[in-house]
Amino acid sequence: MHPEDRRYSREHEWARDEGDGTVLVGITDYAQEHLGDIVFLELPPVGTQLDRNQKFGEVESVKSVSDIFSPVSGEVVAVNDVVVDSPEMVNEDPHGSGWLVRLRPSQPSEMDELMSAADYESMLESLE
Amino acid sequence: MSQGSPFSPYVPNTEDDRRVMLRAVGVESVEELFADIPEGFGRPTLDLPAPLSELELRRELQALSELNLVPGRVPCFLGGGAYDHFVPSVVNHVISRGELSTAYTPYQPEVSQGTLQAIFEFQSMVCQLLGMEVANSGMYDGASALAEAALMACRVTGRERIVYLDTVSPAYLSVMRTYTEPQGLAMAPLAQGASLPEDAACLVVHSPNFFGCIEDVESLARQAHESGALLVASVDPVSLGMFRPPGELGADIAVAEGQALGVSLSFGGPYVGLFTCKTEYLRQMPGRIAGRTVDTQDRVGYVLTLQTREQHIRRERATSNICTSEALVGTAVVTYLACMGRAGLRRIAELTYHKAHYAASLIGRIAGYELPLDGTFFQEFVVSCPIDPAELNRRLLDRGIIGGLDVSDRVRNGMLLCVTEMNTREEIEALATALEEIAR
Amino acid sequence: MSFPVLDRRLLMDRSVSGRVGVSLPPLDVPEQPLPDAAMLRDDLPLPEVSQGEVVRYFTTLSQMNFSVDTNYYPLGSCTMKYNPKINDEAAQLPGFARIHPLQPESTVQGALKLAHSLQGFLAEISGMDAAGLATMAGAQGELAGMLMIRAYHLSRNDTGRRTVLVPDSAHGTNPASAAMCGYRVMSIPSDSQGNMDLEALRNACNSETAGLMLTLPNTLGLFDVNITEICRAVHEAGGLVYGDGANMNALLGHAKLGHLGFDVLHINLHKTFSTPHGGGGPGSGPVCCNAKLAPFLTAPIVESVAEPDGGESFRLATPEMSIGKAGAFHGNFGMLVRAYTYIRGLGAPGLREISESAVIGANYVLSALRDHYHLPYDRPCMHEVVFSARTQKARGVSALDVAKRLIDYGIHPPTMYFPLIVEEALMVEPTETESRETLDNFIEVMKEIARQAEEEPQVLKDAPHYTPNSRLDEARAARRPDLRWRPAEG
Repeated sequence: MHPEDRRYSREHEWARDEGDGTVLVGITDYAQEHLGDIVFLELPPVGTQLDRNQKFGEVESVKSVSDIFSPVSGEVVAVNDVVVDSPEMVNEDPHGSGWLVRLRPSQPSEMDELMSAADYESMLESLE
Repeated sequence: MSQGSPFSPYVPNTEDDRRVMLRAVGVESVEELFADIPEGFGRPTLDLPAPLSELELRRELQALSELNLVPGRVPCFLGGGAYDHFVPSVVNHVISRGELSTAYTPYQPEVSQGTLQAIFEFQSMVCQLLGMEVANSGMYDGASALAEAALMACRVTGRERIVYLDTVSPAYLSVMRTYTEPQGLAMAPLAQGASLPEDAACLVVHSPNFFGCIEDVESLARQAHESGALLVASVDPVSLGMFRPPGELGADIAVAEGQALGVSLSFGGPYVGLFTCKTEYLRQMPGRIAGRTVDTQDRVGYVLTLQTREQHIRRERATSNICTSEALVGTAVVTYLACMGRAGLRRIAELTYHKAHYAASLIGRIAGYELPLDGTFFQEFVVSCPIDPAELNRRLLDRGIIGGLDVSDRVRNGMLLCVTEMNTREEIEALATALEEIAR
Repeated sequence: MSFPVLDRRLLMDRSVSGRVGVSLPPLDVPEQPLPDAAMLRDDLPLPEVSQGEVVRYFTTLSQMNFSVDTNYYPLGSCTMKYNPKINDEAAQLPGFARIHPLQPESTVQGALKLAHSLQGFLAEISGMDAAGLATMAGAQGELAGMLMIRAYHLSRNDTGRRTVLVPDSAHGTNPASAAMCGYRVMSIPSDSQGNMDLEALRNACNSETAGLMLTLPNTLGLFDVNITEICRAVHEAGGLVYGDGANMNALLGHAKLGHLGFDVLHINLHKTFSTPHGGGGPGSGPVCCNAKLAPFLTAPIVESVAEPDGGESFRLATPEMSIGKAGAFHGNFGMLVRAYTYIRGLGAPGLREISESAVIGANYVLSALRDHYHLPYDRPCMHEVVFSARTQKARGVSALDVAKRLIDYGIHPPTMYFPLIVEEALMVEPTETESRETLDNFIEVMKEIARQAEEEPQVLKDAPHYTPNSRLDEARAARRPDLRWRPAEG
């Protein structure tokens, strides 16, 4: 359910190394399922510098607001405008076209400190 | 009343009912249910006047109400933020319907479509009247709406200075201070001819202003925008029956006291604040908002929406703590606007305009009285009087006339008079005659 | 069989050019010169409909509502009780409804006398020394009360108090109001009995504590048994205790918050004192406080003045160190007339009876439904009871489904998903104005719904079945906001 080609944070974000010096960031399928219908996303402008675990946006469902944290440090180099216009995309394809931002990590080694898909799923099991 | 009857007609359960219910609960007496109240604090004395039956109540309230002098029964020329305009019978009929008056906030949309559709009508008509893009379902009153608008401008711009024209109503400024000071926001008047400070979040304008004059909102908006500030305007909704609305003049946030649109004066409340803004600021808007959507069978219906801005979800990070929208007063406003319609509101505005200007022209010709302010006015104008306005008002009252608002702290011997379509020609001429006699 | 389709068109879509809804008089003064045309608007886009159409439109709208006048409405924490009609009649007397807020005080002595008496009644009922009526809603009263606490600390040069403590069961307005005062909010957990965790509170209290905001009975419908210790702990740290009066309906004549240690509180006249809720306002939120905080009350208050002839007159006054004005005038006077009328009609015996009947009703519902719905805090409640639909949830039926199914039986749903600390919460407030038969019917319906949740859950998930709209797409409403009428395209 959670693809193995990327790393996961305890806050339910994923980060995938794109191999071009950038990392794609989104929220996990578990997170979107938990939030329900996502209706609005607030994302930072391109150029924003983020620290690891820094709040960089908000995701709103009909009756909840959740903060989104950056899984690694880096600069925002792109924002997914498609999900800003159609937030339901995050529900429909959280690990694919529902990505949120693209970062240029300043500490690429931070990726190693995130969880593997298997570790993330066992964390989820412990939450249940 | 028979043995075992409840004390009040509002409580149905008799002594017998209570006994059955207490037995079902498994307690001997009602006191056991209050056992968590610490000892020594339970059943305190309650020193209130002896209760009255409905017949006696009606008599007492009638008597109390008759201690008040009622505008309409005597000529009254007071404005200052509350205006005596005509209220069609239909308005009170509609808002007296229990289905509307005794419902709660429409959290359960399937059983609240009446309230929700009325709110949607309210938002629509308020937008149309003010010429603005979006409206919420209402604030407590015009003053608190303006205060919330200033707070919103600070959120939108990320700036912390609220600049206002010194012609904004002092009561409104006082409310704004109550709301903004604790949050560390600064408030400062715009000095005559000065430019807006660079860190201003907004320029707050009242038009017609406290002294009745219509401000040049368009050029003030331009000035605000040049400094990256928002233009926040408080307007008179009846004047918009003829004057250009704030949306056409560049306002970013526009509010109004809705009372003049079909709501009784009621000694100052309940009223309703109209609150509108440009769409781009929607998510920073306080208050309840109704939206149109569809149900599972694809039928149109309404819900409260964008609720994540609000206190019950965002808690300490909410745009405001407000949880009411003065919904029933809003319903009065839409009913009024529906009755008046395109032609009626214009007619009310014109009647008011001509009568107020007729009054001003009469008074301006009386020796000793002057109209010290230039500028276009709608229904209110300042007269500088030959004597202290407080004394003048006492003498008017002796003649059975409620005079204007004493603004002598702002304009020398100044009195702010208000004339609406409710004032007859006889009343206006009686006022002029009385003023003339008093001056002699 | 086909059902008539409800005409849901908005007024603008019913508009026909030339129709009018009201007749207006001719101008009886000479016409005056108009201002420069550049100042005037071209068009006024408002609907054109006849008077009968207006009445039928709004009457039809009203019939799509559930209301206290038409339905049982056990909506927890909202006190949806019968609203006596004499109160409305009193507020509509011309001597109240038609007076201008800025009239000379000598011409509004009746209104001021009424407000002055009401201040006294509310202070007496809450066990406080003073009351102010200028705040126009519960949330505004709450903001005012917290501003008074802030002003009190600042007046003593006690500038280090930055934190307000709020229980985790609190209503969302509490933290929102505290934040509007510039305070940091710290949440205090509840214990397993539904009281505030006293140890956690004691640990949180320090020299930065401005105060505690507390609802009593709390939002679980429980009277916090440690209330006097709670107040003491806050006071010992130099903080003040704010009371959210939302649940006062349980305590009339049974306990006074002022005696228990609260310093300031607001009262929702639209709950406890039965002014109609209006579909979301107008309400009214007077503030009552002890002598320490009285100088900070919102302006204006009403004062009594002894006249030389031995009589009494009344005037508006600004308390010495007032936090300022909350609205342009003197509060929601129309609501004050209704509350005054209500209290005058009931007196002490009538008010006591209200709380007793409300508490008996809630416990009656609690006992009857405890085997059918999970009861997270198993102890006698006050005026409302919080169940959890977690047993039903395990079968795939949520609190929302239970709530929506109640609608099919003509009953307004309880408050759902609040307080936040109870999973799948269903908060039931029967109120004192409902008969035993009404409660019995509610109980039977709730049992039947519990059975359906087990045996035919789909019927709950599809509910409601008979309303003008089935469940509405709230996600669509929020994703693509459609917030006003627009002309049809093309």
